[in-house]
Amino acid sequence: MGAVAHEAHGHHDDHGHHEESFVSKYIFSQDHKMIGKQFLMTAVFMGVVAMLLSILFRIQLAWPGEESEFLSFFLGSEWAPNGVLSEDMYLGLVTIHGTIMVFFLLTGGLSGTFSNLLIPLQVGARDMASGFLNMLSYWFFFISSVLMFVSLFVETGPAMAGWTIYPPLSALPTAVQGSGMGMTLWLFSMSIFIASSLIGSLNYIVTVLNLRTKGMSMTRLPLTIWAFFVTAILGVLSFPVLLSAAVLLMMDRMAGTSFYLSDIIVQGEMLTQHGGSPLLYQHLFWFLGHPEVYIVLLPALGLSSEIISTNSRKPIFGYRAMIGSILAIGFLSFIVWGHHMFVTGMNPFLGSVFVFTTLLIAIPSAVKVFNYITTLWKGSIVYTPAMLFAIGLVSTFITGGVTGIILADSALDIAIHDTYFVVAHFHIVMGMSAVLGMFAGVYHWFPKMYGRMLNTRLGYAHFWITLVGAYGVFFPMHFVGLAGAPRRYYDYSVYESFDGNALEMMMDLNVIITIFAIIAAFGQILFLFNFFYSIFRGPKAPQNPWRSNTLEWTTPVEHIHGNWPGELPTVHRWPYDYSKPGQEEDFVPQDVPLAEGEEEH
Amino acid sequence: MAKLFVLLVIILGVIALAQLMRVYELSSKLTEKKENEISNRDNRLNAKLMLGFMLFMFIGFIWLMLEYGWTGRGPAASVHGEQTDWLLNLNFVIVILVFFLTNALLFVFAWKYVKKPGVPAFFYPHNNKLEMVWTVIPAIVLAVIIILGLQSWNEVTDEAEDKAIRVELFSYQFDWKARYAGEDNKLAKYDYKLTDEGANPLALMTTETIDKAIELMTTGPNGIEDMETKLNDPKLVFSEKMRTEMEERLARKEQLIRLLHQMKARNTGKWDERAMDDFIADTLFLCKGENYELTFRSKDVIHSAYIPHLRTQMNTVPGAITRFKVTPSMTTQEMREIKNDENFNFILMCNKICGGAHYNMNMMVMVLDKPEYDKWFKGEWQEIDGKKRLMKRGKIHEETFAHTYYKEDPTKTYPEMQAEKAAAEAEAEGEEMEGEDNAEGQEAEEPEA
Repeated sequence: MGAVAHEAHGHHDDHGHHEESFVSKYIFSQDHKMIGKQFLMTAVFMGVVAMLLSILFRIQLAWPGEESEFLSFFLGSEWAPNGVLSEDMYLGLVTIHGTIMVFFLLTGGLSGTFSNLLIPLQVGARDMASGFLNMLSYWFFFISSVLMFVSLFVETGPAMAGWTIYPPLSALPTAVQGSGMGMTLWLFSMSIFIASSLIGSLNYIVTVLNLRTKGMSMTRLPLTIWAFFVTAILGVLSFPVLLSAAVLLMMDRMAGTSFYLSDIIVQGEMLTQHGGSPLLYQHLFWFLGHPEVYIVLLPALGLSSEIISTNSRKPIFGYRAMIGSILAIGFLSFIVWGHHMFVTGMNPFLGSVFVFTTLLIAIPSAVKVFNYITTLWKGSIVYTPAMLFAIGLVSTFITGGVTGIILADSALDIAIHDTYFVVAHFHIVMGMSAVLGMFAGVYHWFPKMYGRMLNTRLGYAHFWITLVGAYGVFFPMHFVGLAGAPRRYYDYSVYESFDGNALEMMMDLNVIITIFAIIAAFGQILFLFNFFYSIFRGPKAPQNPWRSNTLEWTTPVEHIHGNWPGELPTVHRWPYDYSKPGQEEDFVPQDVPLAEGEEEH
Repeated sequence: MAKLFVLLVIILGVIALAQLMRVYELSSKLTEKKENEISNRDNRLNAKLMLGFMLFMFIGFIWLMLEYGWTGRGPAASVHGEQTDWLLNLNFVIVILVFFLTNALLFVFAWKYVKKPGVPAFFYPHNNKLEMVWTVIPAIVLAVIIILGLQSWNEVTDEAEDKAIRVELFSYQFDWKARYAGEDNKLAKYDYKLTDEGANPLALMTTETIDKAIELMTTGPNGIEDMETKLNDPKLVFSEKMRTEMEERLARKEQLIRLLHQMKARNTGKWDERAMDDFIADTLFLCKGENYELTFRSKDVIHSAYIPHLRTQMNTVPGAITRFKVTPSMTTQEMREIKNDENFNFILMCNKICGGAHYNMNMMVMVLDKPEYDKWFKGEWQEIDGKKRLMKRGKIHEETFAHTYYKEDPTKTYPEMQAEKAAAEAEAEGEEMEGEDNAEGQEAEEPEA
């Protein structure tokens, strides 16, 4: 066994084992493992906030206009007079829920946590290429999280223009009150977030390219690393475009420029801006916005590749095809952004190009799904909680993915664009898949992060409640959308004036959705409890709890600077030698040399 | 009190959970169970749950499909919409098949291949043939989807024929107006700077409206002169913030007035005629079987005109014109019969987040057959349905631009009015323009007595 072999090397290269102060160890740490944990903690906090926000507006949607103690408890008389959510705050909640979930939980939380934790450990590096930049990346993330959170408490409310903050709504404080101070904070927060993401991504790319240990060729990298690597490249190429969109918006707001504004009269006030185009913003936004979907999704797919292979005790099926599809998805994600804009007035010819490129993405996605399924085939599946979440991810990836085919078809999109059908689609394919992937990752690598084990039974309960809750929320939503219900509606009383039957159906379904949402939210308490309890009191983790091949399990359980006490391990094989015929164990770690006459995969 | 109670329950719940954990830990210590070693019992349980969940999901889906699959949507009521629905159904068949097939494979494998003691996993790292199969088959299916989809898309977005009826949908926080091109089927030119909330809310351009806009901007309430007087009045005290704001507004107006003067200088009056027969409605009236070229405008932020039953949707963009062509294929009455709901109506809803009352921004859409439509178009329509609720905002509001602007007898044509006006001017030379200002504030008159 590799780990044993390395312990024999002794501790002659004991660098980094000096005494650390509390501040340098827990706060301004430059150690990638600690930074990963910091990202996770911040993201968990933000995720809980965003989930809570969604429960608040789900209550309004299921029981519109009814008094709720819960709402008045959280929102007070300003935003929920008499316990009824105000129209403006409804939009604020929707906006901040989306922003936090997409950027802070699923980008910062997912990439930030697992890229930081796993890249050095799995490529066999002592740390990130630049520990200092890595620390900076976290602290920028932290500041932006604080700003976004604080924006919920300003007098005129948080940003209220939807998470896509389309101008002119987001540019004109007189159009909606959230476009005042709330939007300013949103823009500053996101700008800082982008800086954090850029610094982080550059670090990941450099580390993967330059700090791989001896023998770790690109084609021996675990799929997690491939996913993080491509994600980081996507981030570096697309986030600056969002920054430019944000900066131009700030200038429209503060300096009277007209990048996005033209011929506007708002609240009786005639503006002088002329010649700008709101479509410009949408192009810039979605040029990030679509790759962003894959920035969120690829890490989750990477994590689940690793977990599914490990727990099926089988090599991942079609390793090279998996790499190919990650690259193909990454490339295609840059040329599909227009499918968010079929009915914005964009040139229809351009629309048809985007239909073509968008539907192409279904091919590598299908390859990935079938490869996962084939990996399970004739496996010997061990149901760790992580494995459950990973299988759940594949299911939501399928279920949400197939409706994407309909939405990508511009002719069909006309009928269902911006309805709840879209909401259901992206929540399943992006939201749920990424969240399930993140949970899978937390359950799988918790022993590596904290040196202790999570409780398995609570993990099971957490998974089943989450999966049932998620499907219970988002399945019915498709039907609300097909009935033509526009998203971001405070209530659906308008249906009363034209179609009573549809209204009845919508109210039925909205109640079902909200109840499942509340159940799923309670399920998360199990996780939070398990998580925090086990950090302090969980049973001590063995070195390689899941009998896994990758290098991180050759490091000692106790965290040390530099990860390996002795020399860096040398890699002799790919990471998926599970149940290889002719081997004693059903796994062969990457640092075990090939036996006499053994063929490398 | 209730809050306290809920809080107490949550706290007690967490404590109970913690105690359970302690018990669990102690018992695992006794049996030497480790968290990372999953017992066969747990494996089998989860495998069964996988299968159970699949059934739950499939049955749930089928139930939803039967119960709600077609409610609320109804058949398409436009020509392209029928095609959209056909294509949508075809796509749904494909998609639902894939959904069932792949999810079934996933969950059945997850159930079947659970760890059995003594049975090793099958080492099966790759198979290029299989990879080809699931690259090529989706590619072929997608090719079909793409080709059919793009055909439909090209037809829907193609230019409308010249004689298609022109209607403009004008959006603003938080309502809609429809502007019809009138007899000449030509929509008048507009410029947002000509907006006069009273007489010219849609900012149509004629020689008169330009003059009026300049007058309003210069001498009207809160016009340039008014504001200058206020700012220079030593008796009025403003806060620093308010003064800055007023100065900014004044600067804006000064910029706008220059542009208006330019517009006046360039104006030849050739657009005047077009505007006179344009008329504005609170309800979108369409005629079954006629082709429409809908154009869209926004006054303030982005809105979106979504008519679900016509399968029609287009954003309205400030500073730009967007368009969509549609041919209704079913009257409101026919749809009511199909839906078996006397109160049913087509509707146009705003479908792009636009502010607090976004959810309340809609306009009724009324599709009539040809005779009824013609009656309405000529201004005789109010008898046809006889139901008050059709008039959502309480009263009939359709008026030609000329009638709105000049506030005169709506039965007369524009040339007749011009002639009368000229005569009146000749008669009373002293104070000609005064009367119009006063008329502005009055309620719009009904088109027909």
